[in-house]
Amino acid sequence: MASTDTTPKDAGDLAGLEAGLDALETVQTTRKPLRQTLTQKVLPPVVAVALVLAVWQSLITFEVVDDPTKLPAPADVWAVLEKAWLQGELLGYIWTSVSRGLLGFCLALLIATPLGLLLARVKLIRAAIGPVLSGLQSLPSVAWVPPAVIWLGLNNQMMYAVILLGAVPSIANGLLSGVDQVPPLFQRAGRTLGATGLKGTWHITLPAALPGYVAGLKQGWAFSWRSLMAAEIIASFPDLGVGLGQLLENGRNASDMAMVFEAILLILTVGIAIDLLIFSPLERRVLRTRGLLVKS
Amino acid sequence: MATTLAKAADGTRSATHAARIEHVSKSFAGPAGQQLVLDDISLDVAPGEFVTLLGASGCGKSTLLNLVAGLDKPTAGGITTDGRPALMFQEHALFPWLTAGKNIELALKLRGTPKNERRERAEELLELVRLGGAHGKRVHELSGGMRQRVALARALAQESRLLLMDEPFAALDAITRDVLHDELTRIWRETGLSVLFVTHNVREAVRLAQRVVLLSSRPGRVARQWTVDIPHPRRIEDTAVAELSVEITEQLRGEIRRHGQH
Repeated sequence: MASTDTTPKDAGDLAGLEAGLDALETVQTTRKPLRQTLTQKVLPPVVAVALVLAVWQSLITFEVVDDPTKLPAPADVWAVLEKAWLQGELLGYIWTSVSRGLLGFCLALLIATPLGLLLARVKLIRAAIGPVLSGLQSLPSVAWVPPAVIWLGLNNQMMYAVILLGAVPSIANGLLSGVDQVPPLFQRAGRTLGATGLKGTWHITLPAALPGYVAGLKQGWAFSWRSLMAAEIIASFPDLGVGLGQLLENGRNASDMAMVFEAILLILTVGIAIDLLIFSPLERRVLRTRGLLVKS
Repeated sequence: MATTLAKAADGTRSATHAARIEHVSKSFAGPAGQQLVLDDISLDVAPGEFVTLLGASGCGKSTLLNLVAGLDKPTAGGITTDGRPALMFQEHALFPWLTAGKNIELALKLRGTPKNERRERAEELLELVRLGGAHGKRVHELSGGMRQRVALARALAQESRLLLMDEPFAALDAITRDVLHDELTRIWRETGLSVLFVTHNVREAVRLAQRVVLLSSRPGRVARQWTVDIPHPRRIEDTAVAELSVEITEQLRGEIRRHGQH
C-alpha cells in the first residue's frame, strides 16, 4: 500500500484511500427478479391449494364420501358463492364483518397503545396488571361472548366488546415487549444527544420499539377477527345484519353444508387477505428499512 | 469546509478547561459489598487538547467517561465541563430507523437548530467526514468504518467543545482504523475540539494524543502521564511512536502484574 501521510499534499491520497475502502466494504443489495419471486413465493402456495382441491374433488368423484350433507362437491360450493355474488349479497356479508372487525381493531389500537406505554413506563402498574394482561392472551375470546351478551345485549356493542377483550392484550403486550427490547445503547445515545423524558420517548423509545409494536398489531388483528367470528356465530341475530359468522350459523341451521363451506372459505380468505394487504407489507417495510429482514 | 469549522468552534469562550475532574471516586454495589472502581481521580482537559485515557480492563475508563458525559453520577468529587459533551461509543449507536443524514438532523434538532438549516448543516457534516452523498443511506447499507464516521458527524452536530470517545475504533479492522486515525486527527486539528479518548491500545493512544494518561486497575487511579510531542502527521509505525509505546506498555504491564501478586 502506498504512503498515506496526512500532509496537505497527501490529503487527496487519504480521501482516495477512504473512498476505496468504502467501495470495497459496501454490500450491494439488489432486489430479486420478478420471475424468481413468482417461482419461489407465489407458485408453492398456489400448488398447495390446487392439491387440496384435487383431493377434495377426488373424495367426491371416487365416492369415498357420497353424502352431500357431510361433504359438498367443490362445484356446489362454487355455485353457492356465485349465487350470493349474483344476488349482490356476497359483498354485503363480507363488508358487515370486515367493517366490524376493522372498526373494533381501531378501537383496540386506541386503547392498547397508551396502555402499553403506561405499562412500559410505570413499574407499579406493570407489576399489577402485566401478568393479567399476558394471561388474557391465552384466554380464548369466545369465553367473553356469554358475559358480553348478558351485559350489553344482542347488538353491535357486544361484538366490539368481544373484539376489544381479544385484541387489546395482544397489542399492548406487543408494544410492551417492543419497548423492553430497545437496546440500552440507543437510550444512552439518545440521552447524550439530549433526548430525555418525553423527547426520549418520542424520538428514541417509540421508533425503536416499532418492530415489536407492528408484530403486536399483526397478532391483534388475528385476535380481532377470531373474536368477531366467535361473537357472530354464537350471538347471531337477524337484526344485526348478516356477517360471515351469521352466514355460517345460518348454513348450520338449514343443514346446508355448501353454505357452511362457503362461509368457512370466506372467513379464511378475508382473514388472510387483510393480513397480506395491510399488516404483512407494514411489517416488511419496518423491518427492511432497518436491515432486519432476512433474505430468504 | 471553512464555514463548517468556524461554526463548530464558534464562541470560543475563555474557559480555562474543557473538562475538570476533581477528586472523583466511584463505587458500585457488588457481590462483596461496595466495590471501588475509581479512586480519587483528578484530571483536566485544556481547550483544544487531545487526551487519551489508557488502561487495562477493570481500570474504570469507560465508567469515568460516562461520568464526564453525565450519564452517571460520581460517588465523591466533582466534574465540570464546558457545556454538554458529545459522546461516541465503540458501537456506532446510529438509529436504524433513520437514514445517515436524518441521524445527524435529529442531533441538530435536539440541540435546537432551526428546521430550515438542518438539512444543509447535515450535508456539511457528512462532507467533513468525507461521506457527502450518503445522506439518504440506511445504516445497514454502510460499512463499519462509514458508520463510525456518520457517528462522528452526529457527535460533531452537537457542537459541544468536548468530544468523548469510548474505544470508537476497537471493532474496526486495522486498515480502516488507521484511516480513521488520520481522519480524526485532521478533524480535531481543523475544529479545535477538545477530545477525551478512551482506549486499551497503547499505539493508538500515542498515535493520536497530545497527552496519554495511564490508569491503574481495581481501583482506577491515575498511574502516570506522558506528554506526546511527536509532530504531526504521525504514523502508527513511526519510530518515535513505537519507542514511546514500548515505554508505556512496560508501565502498563507492571500495573497488570501487580494484580497477580497476592
